[in-house]
Amino acid sequence: MKSNRNSLTILVALFLIVIGQSSSSVAETLHEERSLYRDITVTEIGNRRCLLFNVHRGDRNQTCIYTDDLDRLVFDYTRMSFAGLLLAPNPQRILIIGLGGGTLPLAFNDLFPEAEIDILEIDQAVVTVAEEYFYFKENDQMKVIVEDGRVFIKRAAIRDQRYDYIVLDAFSGDYIPEHMLTEEFLEEVKSIMTDDGVLVANTFSTSRLYDHESVTYQRVFGEFFNFKLPTSGNRIIITQLDTLPPRGELVTEAQSMAVKLEKFGIPLLEYPRRLSTRVDWDMSRRVLTDQFSPGNLLQEN
Amino acid sequence: MTIEMLGARILSPYFGGSLSVWGSIITIFMLALACGYLIGGRLSMGKPNPVTYAMFFIAAAVFSLPIILFADAIMEPIFLWIDDPRYGSLFASIFMYFIPTSILGMISPYSVRLLVETQEHSGQMAGQLFFVSTIGSAAGTLGTSFYFVLWFEVNQILWGSVIALIASGCCILLANYLLGGSKSSNRIPAYEKQS
Repeated sequence: MKSNRNSLTILVALFLIVIGQSSSSVAETLHEERSLYRDITVTEIGNRRCLLFNVHRGDRNQTCIYTDDLDRLVFDYTRMSFAGLLLAPNPQRILIIGLGGGTLPLAFNDLFPEAEIDILEIDQAVVTVAEEYFYFKENDQMKVIVEDGRVFIKRAAIRDQRYDYIVLDAFSGDYIPEHMLTEEFLEEVKSIMTDDGVLVANTFSTSRLYDHESVTYQRVFGEFFNFKLPTSGNRIIITQLDTLPPRGELVTEAQSMAVKLEKFGIPLLEYPRRLSTRVDWDMSRRVLTDQFSPGNLLQEN
Repeated sequence: MTIEMLGARILSPYFGGSLSVWGSIITIFMLALACGYLIGGRLSMGKPNPVTYAMFFIAAAVFSLPIILFADAIMEPIFLWIDDPRYGSLFASIFMYFIPTSILGMISPYSVRLLVETQEHSGQMAGQLFFVSTIGSAAGTLGTSFYFVLWFEVNQILWGSVIALIASGCCILLANYLLGGSKSSNRIPAYEKQS
């Protein structure tokens, strides 16, 4: 009798645990909105809050944060965007194209409080959501400009503005702004980079676009670092106007900076050996130009 | 429609890929077509003839050439002059697309006038004509957005359209010559191409 009651208690306890777990793993939708450019959804599962674009065409997390540890970056590709620091360790003027949830600029602002950070975002709704749900906030050093990235960069070049750290992160989601894949666009980006500046571009690692993009970056910048991690589906291109530094220098830089990046969960020491200059794409692919840039069609094949 | 589909691509290096760029292009195409319909209808009064008709095609081709040859020269000063990409793209669309599109718009009412023989058949003729031209537009839209951009450069596609227009004009002239100045039934297929 007693043992029966015990097993019953255990059963009830187990049941409660199962219930508890499932309720904490069910995504709660905090916000849904149809903006000019996309459907925006904010969900929360346990301590993980995510920004999603176009949920109905396959969930794609744009940005996630841990609500109990805001500094820690959730995604590999966000962390990987800091690998450019190995080439440009002390950026003063940073340009970020594509806001998402704003975790990337927040981390840069934290790391380099003196640096001026300009962020380009085409969709005002994304800015509002980042502020309301992802603790993003503009300040004296960090400003969002709601404008098309290419238009801003063209004007910046005319105004003679220069940046020493540029993050191109406009391609997540399932629509690709084709005018920001082309040789002419990259030439414009080049014209707003300082001599020792670095470009970090989050690009496509699968589909035919991988080859086309690689060939295009190679045409404009020459040799670049191809940065991939086995745990991530993203490929980050890291390049600068100068010739690339030898790996030894990257390692030294990683050793001196790693501690600063620890609280964001960025394993900087792992990165130097992952930066490769090996050509692993089909060199015969066509360069993407303003005349030929069917990025959205190429992605599907 | 082929030209319209490429419009956004041509404007995007200067004015971006925002929704307003599409808005500019469609607005200008609509306005240009509206003007074209009015002028074309007006020109069809009096003595309509296939030679004038053929000239519409050839003129549209000629006035499309600046889109290929001087696009940067047109867009650059507008980009420098107007800060707001909405109005920038609107003005660029006016300068590049208004004239060729309005000439293309003249073709429809002029075709109706040339093809209609009796009042009784006028509605049917107009219906068939709109059918053919709209099917042509659909084909141009689909072909361009699905395939042409994957196979060719933007300018190559535009050259293709220009050549198609000139060829259509020449077909009409030739048919007119062979039929001794009377009506030609070649016009409908020729018209279809330009869409």
